[in-house]
Amino acid sequence: MTLALHHITKTFPGVVANHEVTLDVQAGEVHALLGENGAGKTTLMSALYGIHQPDSGEIRLDGRAVRIRSPRDAIALGIGMVPQHFLLVRRHSVAENIALGLTDGPFFFPARAIESRIIDYASRYGLGVDPRAHIWQLSPSEQQRVEIVRALIRGARILILDEPTSVLTPQETRGLFEIIRRMKEDGCAVIFISHKLDEVTAIADRVTVLRRGRVVATLPAAGTDKRALARMMVGRDVEFRLRKEPRLPEADGLEIDRLVARNGRGLPALRGISLSVHRGEIVGIAGVAGNGQRELVEVVTGLRAAASGRIRVLDRDTTRLSARAVHEAGVAHIPEDRMHVGIVPTMSVAENLVLKRYRYPPFAHGPIMDRAAIDRFARQMIAEYEIATPGTATPIRLLSGGNIQRLILGRELSAHPTVIVAAHPTSGLDVSATEHIHTLLLRRRQEGAAILLVSEDLDELLALSDRIAVLFAGEIAGVVPAAEADHERLGLMMAGQRR
Amino acid sequence: MRRFGPFQIEPTPSPAKGWMLVVSLAAVLCAFVAAAAIFWAFGINPLKAYTVIFVGTLTDRRATPEILRQTIPLLLCGVGLVVAFRAQFWNIGAEGQLLAGAVGGTAVALFVPLPAPWHLVTMFLAGCAAGILWGLLPAFLRIKLDVNDVITTLMMNYIALFFVEWLVHGPWKGQTARGFAYTDTFPATAWLALVPGTRIHWATLALGLGLAFSLAFFLARTRLGFEIRVLGENPRAARYAGIDPLKTIVVAMVVSAGAAGLAGVGEVAGIHHKLLAPEQISLGYGYAAIIVAWLARGSPLAAVLTALFLGLIFSSGDVMKVALQMPFRVTDVFNGLILFFLIGSERLLYYQVRWVSAKTGRSGGR
Repeated sequence: MTLALHHITKTFPGVVANHEVTLDVQAGEVHALLGENGAGKTTLMSALYGIHQPDSGEIRLDGRAVRIRSPRDAIALGIGMVPQHFLLVRRHSVAENIALGLTDGPFFFPARAIESRIIDYASRYGLGVDPRAHIWQLSPSEQQRVEIVRALIRGARILILDEPTSVLTPQETRGLFEIIRRMKEDGCAVIFISHKLDEVTAIADRVTVLRRGRVVATLPAAGTDKRALARMMVGRDVEFRLRKEPRLPEADGLEIDRLVARNGRGLPALRGISLSVHRGEIVGIAGVAGNGQRELVEVVTGLRAAASGRIRVLDRDTTRLSARAVHEAGVAHIPEDRMHVGIVPTMSVAENLVLKRYRYPPFAHGPIMDRAAIDRFARQMIAEYEIATPGTATPIRLLSGGNIQRLILGRELSAHPTVIVAAHPTSGLDVSATEHIHTLLLRRRQEGAAILLVSEDLDELLALSDRIAVLFAGEIAGVVPAAEADHERLGLMMAGQRR
Repeated sequence: MRRFGPFQIEPTPSPAKGWMLVVSLAAVLCAFVAAAAIFWAFGINPLKAYTVIFVGTLTDRRATPEILRQTIPLLLCGVGLVVAFRAQFWNIGAEGQLLAGAVGGTAVALFVPLPAPWHLVTMFLAGCAAGILWGLLPAFLRIKLDVNDVITTLMMNYIALFFVEWLVHGPWKGQTARGFAYTDTFPATAWLALVPGTRIHWATLALGLGLAFSLAFFLARTRLGFEIRVLGENPRAARYAGIDPLKTIVVAMVVSAGAAGLAGVGEVAGIHHKLLAPEQISLGYGYAAIIVAWLARGSPLAAVLTALFLGLIFSSGDVMKVALQMPFRVTDVFNGLILFFLIGSERLLYYQVRWVSAKTGRSGGR
């Protein structure tokens, strides 16, 4: 089975998401689609999976032009997709989820009828899934396998994997690669979407690099190297080494003592965590998403109440303080969800810059806010943090992700915090914005801030941190000095192996 | 994204001010066209009907001041709702808060004898407090127990309505009222002065205008106004910024319900001089104020204009009754149609029509 995309163009208001993209995938091939966030990878795959229609261009299957109007059409043509964010009904069993949407099952008890097929497929590709397990009981990697089985049972011969490794430990990633190899041997075509260079060189047969919606090159993965791919992806040479100067950590900045907290559904999320971050030190938090990182960040910044335990900032107990009081105590928070939590999209750049400090002089005198002072401050911040914006009154929503993150960092760092809690500060940002933010965090470390850095990017953690703590199931599986850590060791701890 | 000849329709996240005005006017126009069908059904030529309504209302010496008199409660309730809506608190209860205000004012008028200026001042304070009391209960329920504010504020209207019914039929029924259901007439110290020859109680009008201007300043320039806007635009960011949602919603509702309470006092002290059946105190001003606030698109100053517009529709009811022999409640049909088209057109705000030349040579990231 051969799939070919010819001159696909897709335009959204103000942006050309795909421009004349041509790409082909052969049976028994893993074709990687490499590009930064916003390069047009997902848009291209949405066109292939029938989620939206390209403005021009055509899709050919075995030389025949096809029109894919909906995911249903795509499935009928043998195209399957494993989305980045799984679309499974959490309270239902694996078999029920897979039976859902299958048209050839019996009317009564379709889930039962399909169990043997699930086990059959699972053993053929080495996908260990229990058809009777409920989704909520499964780890992200197991849920991913359910998505893969579902696509295969629906008859997929071309499988799209959208950023499949973002929720996996390094070991689980290797397991996924093994599954992909078996599918390949079986004659499936796999489209592997990623922005991680190591993975692409490890698994792909051919690589297509996208930049700003256009194909830069399609080349065999063998015989290319990371540096060359990175240059194509970004459009210039990329500095892989950050300059991190040695620094002796000082006294405790943030101290967490036997912290226990529950998540939004009342289940234990943190089970007695103790950790200290010294001034002048970056402590990285590694872990597969959903192991308590979000709750840890929220409890430390005062957004979530601790069930028990203590948090101290510079020897001051902040456990029971409100978010505002914690901020006043010197804790800055760079939130994970910058668009929905970090800013008010419809309000101006200037107003967003004073979101935390609008109530204090010089921005407010008594109950009245001082617009001139806010505007002056905004101009200063725009210059200092290189925020590209038409003006201070521009609604912040119109800014790019990188500029929004610069603004949030500027706002949080300008208060000269003792403790900085940064959650996934560079996720979804392009290389230059990432570099800028890394530099800013390292500068604050040099100036004596205690920084807690939560990230899913192990390279980022290894490059920035002094020590790395691994969270697993709400506990700290271990703390290692970054100099002694590597992917292998962190990966084992992320899977729950204690050291 | 669709193309019609040289025009391209595309989604936009931020509607322009001018486009908002165009869509709002188009919605009102559609409502008038739909209402034309009703005139037609009554056997009246719609064009003649609109001529009578607008020319009649705007030129008749008795009808014109009625526009302002109807504008007063609409303005007070409307600017208050603007503030509540900015905080994304859906206060559908201005009607009940207005009635609660009327009850508060009446209590002082009848049972607390005070010298001339202080009697009215105390009435306004009491009415404002009563309105706030009525509005705060839904606010607490929403923040503390996450109870839907649309439903609670709406239901509180009926409680207020039947409470007034009970008062005027029972404990507060006047000595002089005989078979009728209303209280005794207020003492002279509790009567608001009118503009001679009209029913415009100018003090309440001034209160409404003053409130519109001060709330515009409040929203744009004060800390509390900033908090209300942040909470309304993005509640999660408000939490992140340490803004207390309870305090902020309470502030918004104090303003909103308090203003409606003032409107209630204005009606009983300025027009009726007694408490009477709820549908006579308010012709549905609290509900129509939702249209006032919605048309004003979050601006207290724009609410002055939209209140005038709704005032015009209300006062045209009398003209229709006299000149066209149509029931006064036709105005309700008008209001309903306007709100229907206004809310129906909301999605249109997020599309823009662009004129594109033959070649489109734009490019960008993504």
